[in-house]
Amino acid sequence: MSGDRRRAASWLPPAALLVAALIAWETLARLGRIEDYLLPAPTEVARSLVDDRELLFADAWVTAKEVLLGFGIALLAGLAIAVALHLSQALRRSVYPLVVASQAIPVIVLAPILVIWFGFGVGPKLIVIALVCFFPIVVNTLDGLGSVDRAQIDMMSTLGASRRQTLWRLELPRSLPFVFSGAKIAVAVAVIGAVFGELVGSDAGLGHAIQVGTAQLVTARVFAAVTLLSMMAIALFAAVAALERWTVPWSGKEES
Amino acid sequence: MPAKGASVPTETLEQQRRTSGPSRGDSAIEVRGAGKSFARRDDALQVLSGLNLSVERGEVLAVVGPSGCGKSTLLELICGLQEPTAGDIRVGNGSGSLDRLASCALMFQRDLLFPWRSALDNAALPLQMLGASRNRARAGALPLLERFGLAGFADARPYELSGGMRQRVAFVRTLLTGKPVLLLDEPFGSLDTITRAEMQEWLARALGGQSRTVVLVTHDVEEALFLADRVAILSARPGTVRAQLDVPSPRRLPRASSVTSADFVAMRQQALEALS
Repeated sequence: MSGDRRRAASWLPPAALLVAALIAWETLARLGRIEDYLLPAPTEVARSLVDDRELLFADAWVTAKEVLLGFGIALLAGLAIAVALHLSQALRRSVYPLVVASQAIPVIVLAPILVIWFGFGVGPKLIVIALVCFFPIVVNTLDGLGSVDRAQIDMMSTLGASRRQTLWRLELPRSLPFVFSGAKIAVAVAVIGAVFGELVGSDAGLGHAIQVGTAQLVTARVFAAVTLLSMMAIALFAAVAALERWTVPWSGKEES
Repeated sequence: MPAKGASVPTETLEQQRRTSGPSRGDSAIEVRGAGKSFARRDDALQVLSGLNLSVERGEVLAVVGPSGCGKSTLLELICGLQEPTAGDIRVGNGSGSLDRLASCALMFQRDLLFPWRSALDNAALPLQMLGASRNRARAGALPLLERFGLAGFADARPYELSGGMRQRVAFVRTLLTGKPVLLLDEPFGSLDTITRAEMQEWLARALGGQSRTVVLVTHDVEEALFLADRVAILSARPGTVRAQLDVPSPRRLPRASSVTSADFVAMRQQALEALS
């Protein structure tokens, strides 16, 4: 019960702040007589969410599928790369700097090139999403694998564990909280990656809706699309956080 | 299978007690002129130097010494986690680090239980390492957990257990490796005084019921004299064996009357003098 109250208490301040901001925005948009195409009032955005719901939800569904698929690819690839880098010092020395360098390529530059290479299908979007997602996953997982207590590794040796057993029974479970930290960052940026991918060339998705809406000065619909994007990011983040609580109930409960 | 050893009576242990002197051929552990130094930035830290020690099969040897004298390092050397920089160490018939690792189970100062595993799954870990399925490993570990008073806590996570319970789970995990030599590194160092005394009584019973060779490292002279057949006293760093004391009646219960008896107090005096 106290847990519920604490959860409510943690939600209340940001919710109150959001409501206050919305009221201020609404007042400003109405009293200030700002044109709708410059700054639509929140009620206008809400109306667009209702009126254009079929269009917007179809686009949101396209984007959600891209995000989930791209994130899934990044998670599998990221875990595999992190384990490989952890097991081989030679790989870590040669590949890790390249992994870091891959993050220096601006997605905005890469996305059009991918469209030239792979066309307007879902492929380029998945590549962009996976590219922005896999980095936090690799870095966090690798940190987790490297942070395992030396004494626990020694203990596994005294129990007769093979390298593979130590990896599966100790290092990977121990790294799970780190994997989840990386995954939470990754889902949040995955949505941004999807929009980048869609802006460059697509005929569906919230990024496409934003592009079309901007060109047609239907700003309320653009804001509605952005609202759906944030809601998607929040929902994904909450889902990963819930999965973490379920998978790693022991996290933070250890005495050192 | 490892639990089978538990049925060997205490008498066998007593008969095998060694008298101090040169080692015989059937010793379980033989440390000859062992030294260990760790390289530092511009010099080397000599932790152990010219250390000789032999432990009989089935004997319980306690090693006491001032903190920092290399007691834990000695155990890591014996069990093959580290190699000595001088001298040699034999455990059973093997001198290589892998041979030693195969014969020794080490119980660390910290319990090192995995928080993602239940008490039972933690205890069963060595059986899984030997290739048993999770269910078979659990079935193999459960009787020992029950014997050591943890029957109702098999499914508890380590963070739900008290310090003494955690050490007992770690002890069961060490026993289930099935290895002939047990190395215990200050197993009760992190416990409060009352729990510590209880755990010493508990370990006295547990050691009485099995036939393995045990080396117990501790900084507590009383604990050493109560639990061991023989006590080796190390000097300050670099550690070497300064004196060895035979304990006439080890593990005599109850502990409270044992440690206050006149001969025990006299031995403790002797040990403390050797330490200072």
